[in-house]
Amino acid sequence: MKDNVISEYDVTPLPIKIAARDVQVYYGDTHALKDVSVDIEDKTVTAFIGPSGCGKSTFLRCINRMNDTIDIARVTGDIRIDGEDIYDKRVDPVQLRAKVGMVFQKPNPFPKSIYDNVAYGPRIHGMARNKAELDDIVERALKRAALWNEVKDRLQAPGTGLSGGQQQRLCIARAVATEPEVLLMDEPCSALDPIATAQVEELIDELRENFSVVIVTHSMQQAARVSQKTAFFHLGHLVEFGDTDKIFTTPEDPRTESYITGRIG
Amino acid sequence: MGDLLNSGSATVLALIILGLAALGFALTRRRTVVSVQGDTRRLHSLPAYYGYNAAMLIAVPSLMVIAVWLLVQPVLVQNAVIELIPEEVVAEGSSVGLVMSDVRRVAEGLDSAVAQGAMTVQEAASLDAGATDVRAQLAEIGVALGADVQGPVLAAAQRYRTMTATGRLAMMVTALALALAGFAYAFSRTNADFRARNTVEAGIKALLILAASLAVLTTVGIVLSMLFESINFFRLHDWKDFFLGRSWAPNFRGDSDLSILPLLWGTLYISIIALAVAVPIGLFAAIYLSEYASSTVRSFAKPLLEILAGIPTIVYGLFALLTVGPFLVKIFGRGEDGLLGVDWMSGATSVLTAGLVMGIMLIPFVSSLSDDIINAVPQSLRDGSFGLGATHSETIRQVVLPAALPGIVGAVLLAASRAIGETMIVVLGAGAIARISGNPLEAMTTITTRIVSQLTGDTDFASPETLVAFALGLTLFVLTLGLNVLALYIVRKYREQYE
Repeated sequence: MKDNVISEYDVTPLPIKIAARDVQVYYGDTHALKDVSVDIEDKTVTAFIGPSGCGKSTFLRCINRMNDTIDIARVTGDIRIDGEDIYDKRVDPVQLRAKVGMVFQKPNPFPKSIYDNVAYGPRIHGMARNKAELDDIVERALKRAALWNEVKDRLQAPGTGLSGGQQQRLCIARAVATEPEVLLMDEPCSALDPIATAQVEELIDELRENFSVVIVTHSMQQAARVSQKTAFFHLGHLVEFGDTDKIFTTPEDPRTESYITGRIG
Repeated sequence: MGDLLNSGSATVLALIILGLAALGFALTRRRTVVSVQGDTRRLHSLPAYYGYNAAMLIAVPSLMVIAVWLLVQPVLVQNAVIELIPEEVVAEGSSVGLVMSDVRRVAEGLDSAVAQGAMTVQEAASLDAGATDVRAQLAEIGVALGADVQGPVLAAAQRYRTMTATGRLAMMVTALALALAGFAYAFSRTNADFRARNTVEAGIKALLILAASLAVLTTVGIVLSMLFESINFFRLHDWKDFFLGRSWAPNFRGDSDLSILPLLWGTLYISIIALAVAVPIGLFAAIYLSEYASSTVRSFAKPLLEILAGIPTIVYGLFALLTVGPFLVKIFGRGEDGLLGVDWMSGATSVLTAGLVMGIMLIPFVSSLSDDIINAVPQSLRDGSFGLGATHSETIRQVVLPAALPGIVGAVLLAASRAIGETMIVVLGAGAIARISGNPLEAMTTITTRIVSQLTGDTDFASPETLVAFALGLTLFVLTLGLNVLALYIVRKYREQYE
């Protein structure tokens, strides 16, 4: 199936969703991310790979301005989503985060019911005019996250009572419920067992139909399975970016090759 | 009192034993090192452990014997001496206990007479109440007695002296013998294979257990003493009137109204006002400090807020009496001259005065506990909420606070139990009139202030007016204990949520 997609992509290039130019991030005196420029396409899964501390999560958190919540973080450069500079003074980071959803490494359901977890975003942003609409939104989000059948009879049960894989899918449902255009995933499967991982990966592939998905992962197999584009980060630099197949078969940069073959990392 | 006089010798004895322990440490340590020709790697434990083991064996059993001996001996001696006192010596209106305290005073007098050289040891032992005026003789050396010394009392005092002295001697011998035996045992057992490290570990564990059980036993002791005195009170006063009556009017000539309800009302009313002040302010301060403040602001604001917790409560009391009370009178009192032109408040002491100041006292308590609890909410929950496009205050209201709520409730309950038990602020700020009224501008009184007033001044520990203090104290204790248990239960339940 993936081969089909790649060839289809080769024939019709997708529009650019996120365009980053010369992005630098400093944490206090540490220069964490250096001169990153990348174009991320719409309706594509883009994987960020690289050894720990290479800056891939830092860059991910630049895309929805989550770094703003860290006092000592400073971001320079230019990141545009649909041509709009998201670091412009007129952009409200809170609104931006509604448009750019995020799923975290560790499942972090709120200590509320499953229903309230999913309804959290829509309620904050006033997306439903009445209870019936909200019910619809919740059902749709849970269905998209492939969780509906498992939880439809116990929507009022606490979200923290689900299994790890279900919790992560609940977090994905919570993120898609606000109808974002981009979905950022920071190692979404690192806390999950292989079966839950397979479910989430399948889900990511389906989400590509509607969203531009950016996923940070430590697993190169995972990057190869779910993504169409891959970016390799090393020591704060974006070393190589291109089609996933190409990165994993014929990388241009020797550092990429070393990492993929397990010599650095 | 007799113990104090002799405690000098017990202190010397304890010092000797500690000296022996130090010596035992040094000698055993040396012997150990010598036994392996200086190659300490062949020892099971580091050389110091052998020394500690010896010091422990020397000091611990003998010091424990001294401690137990000092507690038990006076009781045994007194029981033996009491038999010497015939019934007729105990005068009308007096008791054996009072005669016994005479005996002890005479014995002390004789001791100090001997110590000052006014009497020889033989003279002191062979004094005859009929032949000499013991009272005058003792008065010369500065020991004043309330009455002439009767024959049996003098005899009892002399018996008391000999028995005490014999006991002391026996104690010294036993303790020193134990110390030396411990020394010998430790010294002989010391060889390269002896597991001194493990033995010392066991000793340290025992020490820690001892400390913990002393704390627990003290609590039990306090509760029991309150309980017994309260039982005495309820023998003299109807419990139904105490718990259900409506009036508090103690009268030291007897026939008092002693009901807890008016006091309980005052206590709870003031506590509720205090919590109404402390909970919102403390909680908001905690939210600001833990969620919004930059680390620089936090680093000076938090200690500053906690200074409030270090102010002695009597200072808060003064603040209530001299600043807050008159200020409230200026607003709500003085008729035409007041700020509101009303005359609702006559004196500076009132429920509102005490409640406001107590609330200020509790702010750091609530904020510091809530701060810890809010910080314990995982950052991942905040990230999750921010990631969905929630603002900071939406995140706090809808995610952080609900997650922290059980812990905050626990903190509030702990603050409530402090408010209920607080004394100095209400002594100075609340007034002394026991009444059940809804007007916060009136003076009322609390359980704690009544305990203070019932027990200060000349008190007779056999009258219900005094003993009621223990019943009040016990009720207060049960009340705060209940609140604390509830609070701890809630806080613990909350902790489990994230683990």
